[in-house]
Amino acid sequence: MNERKPLGRKPMESATTNRGKKADAKPAKLSREVQARLGQQLRAMYDDVVNQGVPDRFTELLNRINGTGSKDRP
Amino acid sequence: MDEQVRKAVLGAVPSLRAFAISLCGNVDRADDLVQETLLRALANIDSFQPGTNMSAWLFTILRNHFRSEYRKRRREVEDSDGHYAEKLKSQPAQIGQVEFREFREALAQLPPDQREALVLVGASGFSYEEAANICGCAVGTIKSRVNRARTRLAELLGVESTEEFGPDQTTRAVLVGGE
Repeated sequence: MNERKPLGRKPMESATTNRGKKADAKPAKLSREVQARLGQQLRAMYDDVVNQGVPDRFTELLNRINGTGSKDRP
Repeated sequence: MDEQVRKAVLGAVPSLRAFAISLCGNVDRADDLVQETLLRALANIDSFQPGTNMSAWLFTILRNHFRSEYRKRRREVEDSDGHYAEKLKSQPAQIGQVEFREFREALAQLPPDQREALVLVGASGFSYEEAANICGCAVGTIKSRVNRARTRLAELLGVESTEEFGPDQTTRAVLVGGE
């Protein structure tokens, strides 16, 4: 199909075909460029949280468990 | 607690939080989920096999815990307007960075199976095999979920080519509701 076509819109034919079906019935293949951009966005969003490091509450939690034995629960 | 175990568990926390936020869409809830995961993991640390992937083990616990909690909550409260995507829209501040809001909203509209598969493979850095173990399904199932997730995301974000996915253009993407 025309997945590498540099136009913003799908070709008419495939747009019509897709509309008739469930969106996930048979996934159209995305261009590498689109996949790469989606991947970048996903990782940027994810890494934004990862870069926050370990919040104090979790360090404290582990310290507390360390002191009292792993069977204890707050 | 073994110092090595402690280090490995703490080291997994940032990524566990990112995964939890992508599952439930709420930072506070996600942190509770991570805390519950750590408590469960440490109470069952004997069942962890040294030498295997600690991070994958913790992700599995978190994922299963989230699934069972989520089902329980749905039974308790039939929140008709509580659809995850709707909740997100009403509390964007909780999600943090505005720049990721649109992407998060699109992600939130994916079926949970597809969302977790995409995040595990596309962001957490697990292989298809590891993701399949974490989700308790076949490798082929993970692959097809990831593909469907990408396709649906592209639709939701109105992306058909890179030209449309510039930082300025994404804001005008229309979020399509329903299936």
